[in-house]
Amino acid sequence: MSCFTTKFADELIANAAYIGTPGKGILAADESTGTIGKRLASINVENVESNRRALRELLFTTPGALPCLSGVILFEETLYQKSSNGTPFVDMLKSAGVLPGIKVDKGTVELAGTNGETTTQGLDGLGDRCKKYYEAGARFAKWRAVLKIGENEPSELAIHENAYGLARYAVICQENGLVPIVEPEILVDGSHDIHKCAAVTERVLAACYKALSDHHVLLEGTLLKPNMVTPGSESAKVAPEVIAEHTVRALQRTVPAAVPAIVFLSGGQSEEEATRNLNAMNQLKTKKPWSLSFSFGRALQQSTLKTWGGKEENVKKAQEAFLVRCKANSEATLGAYKGDAKLGEGAAESLHVKDYKY
Amino acid sequence: MSAFVGKYADELIKTAKYIATPGKGILAADESTGTIGKRFASINVENVESNRQALRELLFTSPGAFPCLSGVILFEETLYQKTSDGKPFVDLLMENGVIPGIKVDKGVVDLAGTNGETTTQGLDSLGARCQEYYKAGARFAKWRAVLKIGATEPSELSIQENAKGLARYAIICQENGLVPIVEPEVLTDGSHDIKKCAAVTETVLAAVYKALNDHHVLLEGTLLKPNMVTPGSDSPKVAAEVIAEYTVTALRRTVPPAVPGIVFLSGGQSEEEATLNLNAMNKLDVLKPWTLTFSFGRALQQSTLKAWAGKTENVAKAQATFLIRCKGNSDATLGKYTGGASGDSAASESLYEKGYKY
Repeated sequence: MSCFTTKFADELIANAAYIGTPGKGILAADESTGTIGKRLASINVENVESNRRALRELLFTTPGALPCLSGVILFEETLYQKSSNGTPFVDMLKSAGVLPGIKVDKGTVELAGTNGETTTQGLDGLGDRCKKYYEAGARFAKWRAVLKIGENEPSELAIHENAYGLARYAVICQENGLVPIVEPEILVDGSHDIHKCAAVTERVLAACYKALSDHHVLLEGTLLKPNMVTPGSESAKVAPEVIAEHTVRALQRTVPAAVPAIVFLSGGQSEEEATRNLNAMNQLKTKKPWSLSFSFGRALQQSTLKTWGGKEENVKKAQEAFLVRCKANSEATLGAYKGDAKLGEGAAESLHVKDYKY
Repeated sequence: MSAFVGKYADELIKTAKYIATPGKGILAADESTGTIGKRFASINVENVESNRQALRELLFTSPGAFPCLSGVILFEETLYQKTSDGKPFVDLLMENGVIPGIKVDKGVVDLAGTNGETTTQGLDSLGARCQEYYKAGARFAKWRAVLKIGATEPSELSIQENAKGLARYAIICQENGLVPIVEPEVLTDGSHDIKKCAAVTETVLAAVYKALNDHHVLLEGTLLKPNMVTPGSDSPKVAAEVIAEYTVTALRRTVPPAVPGIVFLSGGQSEEEATLNLNAMNKLDVLKPWTLTFSFGRALQQSTLKAWAGKTENVAKAQATFLIRCKGNSDATLGKYTGGASGDSAASESLYEKGYKY
């Protein structure tokens, strides 16, 4: 094997496969303190620990939601928080069959000499941090690399730096029992067409898998979190079937069958768009040796947040809105979404923010 | 798409898919004049054009053999030869649903500063040559890159040179209507164990697919011809099921699902070994997004050659022997081979030659 041997191998493989269970997906609830602040600001809620905790409790205690989820990505603060009755969140999730995950990157920094391209930080002491997170109950991790499309972008430097950063992060996670989600996000910003996005996505993913091979990563114990292949944000939209075709083809050309599951990011798509696109992919009749599921943040929480508005009396209604999105996406992983999800306030609203920074 | 989609794209995809039809495989009859000379010497036959023509006619007119074959790789001389009643070989093959292919590499040369590692020649005027071959009826090509396992081999230089040579050859073929068979053979020579072979095979294949992506090769219009993953020639043999497991795992970790078929080389394996191993792979209960079939030279012709011994009166007997191997391998692509296809001792004879040079 060109992959390294680890005592965690069987566990990594089992956990990665479990996360890809058809009918389930990931809730990305790992917004950093700064980012959640922006969300809370949009509904006039103060960015204090109790509110951040209340939001996550709202999500995790939604009746019927957890069966739609195989994992939840948490921010470090949340990993150590408890529900109002004193149950640690990680225990609550685990006993409901939901694996806790942890965001481990430390954000992006600019690559000097490029046109605003970035690389991701977080490798220093990563091994030790992973050990602690494993002890706290985490079983997978996530690291977001970011690339953009432009005249001369992504540059070979940006592709290489981000691919090799992801690979180094991935093997360190595996050494410490965490399934690494590999996330090379190509931003949707721009006026390019879907063919351009497809070409860039294929190039980036090919570089990622070469890097993962070089770093001896055990692919069976990883997950991929890519962007869907779509036209740029300033270009005309296309049908979900078109997005599905280009996305799945790009993945067929680059992602080895050993990877058990692909969990898409939603980028700036609205809740409804993201669900429809995922559904179309799962309906496509073509070779798909990995399961196709979701790892949505905004596209699972947008209407829930609006409905909550930070008010105790809105919790039940907000939870209902959250369940609607969870069920819709669960169905989408089976290609069974009928598009009839009761649209909560803002479900069809684009969540695109130009030059979005986490 | 990052893939080059030229005027031949649809045809390439169709041809590659056809060659990968379950139940069929490739006869590698592309021995150069020098190499076929060695075969003839072993059966005391003179190495003259008429004998070379007679052998190929024997093979191509074997009753019942055609349905087992989707393609035959030819040497340039053979591409322009005819049967004894004047029909061009390529017409005979095409009329019977067998696609003619052509060996286009010009052999290996040593890489200076390495320990006997090589790179493959043949890129000069390759485009023009491909055009001529296409006109003559060829629809796929083959180029053999060779790597070896040693204390410090394969070196990074050797892997890069061979991967890039294969990629450049592949795109030139596609520009000119020929499906490229990508063959990165890792020689079996050595005392290493199966794990070492697996590690090297995975590293080499990862480099090959990165190079193909860099060169914009359309994967749906290619085939892969790899070695099976086995212990070294100086190491104890293992069961077919073990070879199957390591081989399929290596391929699942490196070969994108877009590749329609994998056509194994037989290396120094005996006819029977090669068939049993291929069969075990097709029986393996694991997801395989490409078909697994054969592209055998020695492992299809060995006992046939011996039965023929250059004598006209032996042709029918030799053809019957050839049919047995064809059927055996056809069954193996479906996981239906029950073993012992031929009572012939030649079928179990190892075809291994140390430091084998084509």
